[in-house]
Amino acid sequence: MKRSLALLALTAALAAPFAAQAHRAWMLPSATTLSGTDAWISIDAGASNQVFVADHAPLGMDNLVITAPDGSTVAPANMMRGQYRSTFDLHLTQPGTYKIASVSSGMSASYALNGENKRWRGAATDFPGAIPAGATDVRATSNANRMETFVTLGQPSETVFVPTGRGLELLPITHPTDLVVGEEATFKLLKDGQPAADMEITVARSGARYRDNPDDITVKTASDGTFSILWKDAGMYWLNASQRTDATDSRPASQIQYTGIMEVLP
Amino acid sequence: MSSPVRKFPLLVSTALLSAVAGPGLAGDLSVSVDLPRLNTAAYHRPYVAIWIEQPDQTAVRTLAVWYQVAAGRGGEGEGKDWLKDMRTWWRKGGRALTLPADGVSGATRAPGTQTVRIAAARLSNLPAGQYNVVVEAAREQGGRELVRVPFRWGGNAGRTSATGSTELGTVSVAVTR
Repeated sequence: MKRSLALLALTAALAAPFAAQAHRAWMLPSATTLSGTDAWISIDAGASNQVFVADHAPLGMDNLVITAPDGSTVAPANMMRGQYRSTFDLHLTQPGTYKIASVSSGMSASYALNGENKRWRGAATDFPGAIPAGATDVRATSNANRMETFVTLGQPSETVFVPTGRGLELLPITHPTDLVVGEEATFKLLKDGQPAADMEITVARSGARYRDNPDDITVKTASDGTFSILWKDAGMYWLNASQRTDATDSRPASQIQYTGIMEVLP
Repeated sequence: MSSPVRKFPLLVSTALLSAVAGPGLAGDLSVSVDLPRLNTAAYHRPYVAIWIEQPDQTAVRTLAVWYQVAAGRGGEGEGKDWLKDMRTWWRKGGRALTLPADGVSGATRAPGTQTVRIAAARLSNLPAGQYNVVVEAAREQGGRELVRVPFRWGGNAGRTSATGSTELGTVSVAVTR
């Protein structure tokens, strides 16, 4: 079983299951703060250069997990895959905060066989047997991606904030559906359940099409994994952190990513 | 301690509750809100929330919420889905309330000067001190505006006011002895 594989970096385009690295994957809820006894929202999901602008590719929704305030899993309704965005509806029937997440993990690899370049992608457990004997230039990367957004009916709750301890995750200190202009919000980035220190978070705001400068900002996590953002403008925000780790003798290269989508109200 | 909390739809911090002012400070609180007459193609009466906050903007108590409490004649749907459009009130306290609530919920009001009078008995556990009355109006296909009027509770009678510029006219707060 054991092959003397040089596990090297895979090209960026192969590494990200959401979309090519140059494009940003996003989910866009039609509302994040709702009142009443029940409510419907609609969510678009795509990947594009400008966040929330559906002009490139729809997002696969195979790994969608919607968690209700009581911890139960909720099925999306009216799922549709369009040319440039996927879309689905969500019926909120419980008071509290819902988490809408797309979580994926696995292995991707490229190799050469008989002079031909091949690609493979699948579950990590399938990887050992996936590369044919005689393959050369094997380059494998393990991937763990999480993208999530939060929606609250009535009063915000925190039951859906429990980290899994796998990959990059965000632990809200400020509630992600309680963000307003002029106030500072603090979050904690975790890597495999531990504080992710000294990592860059890219923060992009909706509506970049209607201004000359995208106004992306970058913040860095402190040693305890926390970072803060003072919201200067209302809008839908896209927060992203990613980390590549080169292969070692014992493990393949890895690519982990977190994306959070949050709304800041005026 | 729990019975006065249940009696009113209160948003009182525990610190406030533990410092309940004695009687003798009683006075009525009267809030007058000028709702401007707006010439727009599709005018709907604004939803309005009126609440008391501390000077640091911590909500103390909701005094009134004017909205479409129940589905009305003419196909008007129930309005609770849009309570969140009074964004500041919703965040500071509205979302913690169970509505409709007696003495708080009310129908939307027509343009003109609308007055809410809060009897002293309803404010008997409001400690003396400096507060704001906040009025927030949000209108369908219209704007949202917030007006803060500082007032002093538990002292002399007084009248203070502030004026909005779009969705609200003059808001005046009178404390009577």
